[in-house]
Amino acid sequence: MKSIRSVIDILDLSTDELEGLINVALDIIEHPDKYADACRRKKLATLFFEPSTRTRMSFEAAMYELGGNVISMTDGATSSASKGESVADTAKIVSCYADIIAMRHPKEGAALVAAQNASVPVINAGDGGHCHPTQTLADLLTIRRELGRFSDLTVGLCGDLKFGRTVHSLIGAMSRYPGVRFVLISPDELRLPDYVKNDILDRCGIPYTETASLDDPMPELDVLYMTRVQRERFFNEEDYVRLKDSYVLTPEKLARARRDMRVLHPLPRVNEISVAVDRDPRAAYFREAANGKYMRMALILMLLGIEVR
Amino acid sequence: MNVDSIQNGIVIDHITAGCGLLLYEQLDLGSLGVPVAMMLGVSSRKLRKKDIIKIDAPVNVNTDVIGFVDPGATVNVIRDGVLVEKRTIEMPERLVDVIKCKNPRCITSCEQELPHVFRLSDKERGEYRCVYCDTKAETK
Repeated sequence: MKSIRSVIDILDLSTDELEGLINVALDIIEHPDKYADACRRKKLATLFFEPSTRTRMSFEAAMYELGGNVISMTDGATSSASKGESVADTAKIVSCYADIIAMRHPKEGAALVAAQNASVPVINAGDGGHCHPTQTLADLLTIRRELGRFSDLTVGLCGDLKFGRTVHSLIGAMSRYPGVRFVLISPDELRLPDYVKNDILDRCGIPYTETASLDDPMPELDVLYMTRVQRERFFNEEDYVRLKDSYVLTPEKLARARRDMRVLHPLPRVNEISVAVDRDPRAAYFREAANGKYMRMALILMLLGIEVR
Repeated sequence: MNVDSIQNGIVIDHITAGCGLLLYEQLDLGSLGVPVAMMLGVSSRKLRKKDIIKIDAPVNVNTDVIGFVDPGATVNVIRDGVLVEKRTIEMPERLVDVIKCKNPRCITSCEQELPHVFRLSDKERGEYRCVYCDTKAETK
């Protein structure tokens, strides 16, 4: 029996596989027609138990551009989950209807439970504050297209490093490349969790510094990865209000950055990047959102075992 | 102080002094309904001080629990008053339903009958993490 491959964490993909996905995505950008029927008669189920605009639409657009179809569950409140159905049961049932599942869920580890019970590949489209591997794929393609390399980069990560699942996944992916160092910019309450520091950075001997200042490290950064302080991760509204405006990137702050530095953001932004920054050529976050679709197309092809020549 | 030797049962020996009561609780020995003797702070040549638990009945003990709480302990099986087996305990690679994940955001907090599974993430530090959410197991 053919084994079913799922992607729950970016670390489920080897460096070679990441490279392969990037190459396929670049080929899709160059030759979209070649891929227009690659997933004909295949169905993607998007199970979103938590609100999402760009990730869900990006997955759906990806499948349509591959010639496949999409069935959706876009709101946990109106699905059988609201009746108390478990993630395990949902995954088993949806496997009967779809060839591949993309799932977002507010609970950490939900995608792993789905993958353990599904009989089709599961892609984690975000599990609480834990992992968001396909956003990392978008981040990687953006870095490759904008800067041309992954090695010898100083990557600043700014904002909510505690609950920011995209931050954890990006650190996991970038730690594999030589000469990478991280500058972790956050308020004390939102510092990077120990498990990421111990299991990835310390274990791999990756240099990093922690600071509360966005201004100080600005001139040394090749990439500035901004994140939103996420209201939905807080149990206490007061804490959210106190921390939500910790960092706001403005053209004045950006003036100290290198000319070839790039600003990334997983989006949506609230007010952590001033709209005035959008006009700066270093602002790569909207191009990053477009890159996400191409990487999701490449990932769907890989997990369905479809090769396009 | 002397405690009689047992005829048929289990002796958990070389328990780090101070871990005996915790091990008693984690193994839920109170629910076995058999005589259990606890010796705390016993002199030891190897450890200087140690705890010992004697269970006066041929029961099974969960060695994963012992490996999690105190991997230096040993388990001796006694039959007809004779030591028939000496088990060395190691830290298990996985713990299934031994400890619970305390992260309220973890899927284990709401998914029906989902086993609580932890993996040994750092052997040197004896650190375990939830396989679902990566939360570190609380101090033993």
